[in-house]
Amino acid sequence: MSGARLTESIGTRFPDAVITTHAYRGEETVVVRHEQLHAVAEFLKLDDDSKMNFLMDLAVVDYSMFGKSPPQAFFASSGVAVRPPARIPDKNPWPGPPGTERFAVVYHFFSTTHKHRLRMVVPVDETSAEVDTVCDLWAGANWLEREAWDMFGIVFRDHPDLRRLLMYDEFEGHPLRKDYPVRRRQPLIGPVN
Amino acid sequence: MPIDPTTEVETADAASAPAAESPKPATREMLLNIGPAHPAMHGIVRIVTKLDGEQVKEVDVEIGYLHRGFEKMSEQVDYNGVMPYTDRLNYVSSFINNAGYCMAVEKLLGISVPLRCEYIRVIVSEISRIADHLTSVGATAMELGAFTVFLYMIKAREYLWDLLEQVTGARLTVSYCRVGGIKADLPDEFAAGCIAAFAKTREVIAESEGLLKRNRIFTDRMMGTGVISTEDAISYGITGPFLRATGCDYDVRKDCPYSVYDRLDFDVPVGTAGDNMDRFLVRMEEMEQSMRIVEAALKDLPDGAVMTHPGTGRHIPAAEMVDLGKVGNIGAIADGCAVPGPTLEGAGRERLHTISTDNKRVALPAKENVYGNIEGLMQQFKLIMHGHGIRAPEGEVYEAVEGANGELGFYVVSDGEPNAYRVRVRPPCFAIMSALPLLLVGDMVADIVPTFGSVNMIGGELDR
Repeated sequence: MSGARLTESIGTRFPDAVITTHAYRGEETVVVRHEQLHAVAEFLKLDDDSKMNFLMDLAVVDYSMFGKSPPQAFFASSGVAVRPPARIPDKNPWPGPPGTERFAVVYHFFSTTHKHRLRMVVPVDETSAEVDTVCDLWAGANWLEREAWDMFGIVFRDHPDLRRLLMYDEFEGHPLRKDYPVRRRQPLIGPVN
Repeated sequence: MPIDPTTEVETADAASAPAAESPKPATREMLLNIGPAHPAMHGIVRIVTKLDGEQVKEVDVEIGYLHRGFEKMSEQVDYNGVMPYTDRLNYVSSFINNAGYCMAVEKLLGISVPLRCEYIRVIVSEISRIADHLTSVGATAMELGAFTVFLYMIKAREYLWDLLEQVTGARLTVSYCRVGGIKADLPDEFAAGCIAAFAKTREVIAESEGLLKRNRIFTDRMMGTGVISTEDAISYGITGPFLRATGCDYDVRKDCPYSVYDRLDFDVPVGTAGDNMDRFLVRMEEMEQSMRIVEAALKDLPDGAVMTHPGTGRHIPAAEMVDLGKVGNIGAIADGCAVPGPTLEGAGRERLHTISTDNKRVALPAKENVYGNIEGLMQQFKLIMHGHGIRAPEGEVYEAVEGANGELGFYVVSDGEPNAYRVRVRPPCFAIMSALPLLLVGDMVADIVPTFGSVNMIGGELDR
């Protein structure tokens, strides 16, 4: 099944879950409400036409500074963004950040049966940065979600073991958030036990 | 779950064993901490195990000792500035990271690179892959006591690194790719050197295979240890040789072909048992296949049409050209070919367009143009100076390449600024490390070493 039909079938199956779909640079993307995240993920894994047996990646994007970063140098803004040549029409423009929410949890799926990929974007607000875990569907989600919690402070409901993964327990804050200063230092603390 | 060392150790089996059986001596579970300062853990991973006798009962893997904030740093510098950071992800096959990152950014920009560049990227990637597999197999063998094999394989890796040094100027962290191309063309004598190095590498591989494959100690410790089923491997997101050893033939190069892999003929070796031995065999065979790819690619390598042949152009030493350019004596260098120092070899005006895109907003100009005319100077300025650089359109892309350990993915989000808004790496050995408890529980303590070796854990990409 082609990616376009796949996003369509999710739309018909979960009409109130899908916010929007797009296919920027040929990558099928479906933006899903966080309430239905688990149901859509389960459908994607089990449905014969999608059979997404791989959860390839789980990334989080903090959109709070999107397009707002100050210019770094004089005349820096005089640059012109690279566009594809005019002879290649950009049929699928990127619609921009998935919503007004601060975070977007981004899942990349792959199916070895159909050899297709799909990106699922779940916008999450800062005040209720909580989504359902998909650990029960893909075992690999365990560490990926732990890392997302570690780096962005996204809570995954019903996760069996939501601890920090890369940083140490005493670390304060979530370093990949845009409001975490790059140069901030914290004392290095060795393992407790 | 984290293993709490403060809990009372339980007496195993004492309560559950039926009273009718002969009374077993009460055993106590033991907590054993392996690493991070253990040589087999490469100094950067800590495994806390709970043992019953010699059997591993529970495993907790702790990573993050080599976390350097790659993703955070990638948001701070311009697109080409990330290149040295990508080197340090998988530092044994750093070029594959270079290429994966560049391909992701190129997809975001919507540009393509010249065919010759694609071929060179494939050639260097495959050489890196062989070097990576040699290291992985050699280190595993050494950890099982076969020190000779390790030395042999490092010797073979040296042949390949010499090749890489000729091409890139560096051995380990090559930084050879650029967004929209590569740094420099292949040296003239590369094909001959490559064939000679492969002949020697093949000898070493055959020799090592003879030493290992029928070695009783090696096979006994590798066979049937660290077993994982295809379903479990897929559920954990494991890719690469580790997945292929279980029988699933997923290979990014075959299933989602990128670059020119669809034009090259090669096989994807798969195993059956999914144990350490099969991983070893798959890696050994993949090295041969990689050499096949390089040989075929060298045969098909398209000739770069040259604008002015270095043989006929007027030769000016590069340093002299710089001085002439600085004082504005453009006439003296207008038709000159720089005689480059080692850093600029293969990146001159006459060759650059065959290995790099002609998009002026992406590719760095040839040095002759930078010092020779104002357009080149401005092009360089707009790409290099602080706060300037390649400006990608707003968007998000995910690009996957086959790294030495499996699918290496780069997810790049841009907001139209000269630096990426977000760069996320999907490190291949992250998935394998998360499955480590499954691989180790039930095996003996001694099996931790070969299983961990076959994971080919690379701290740089695991912790980023």
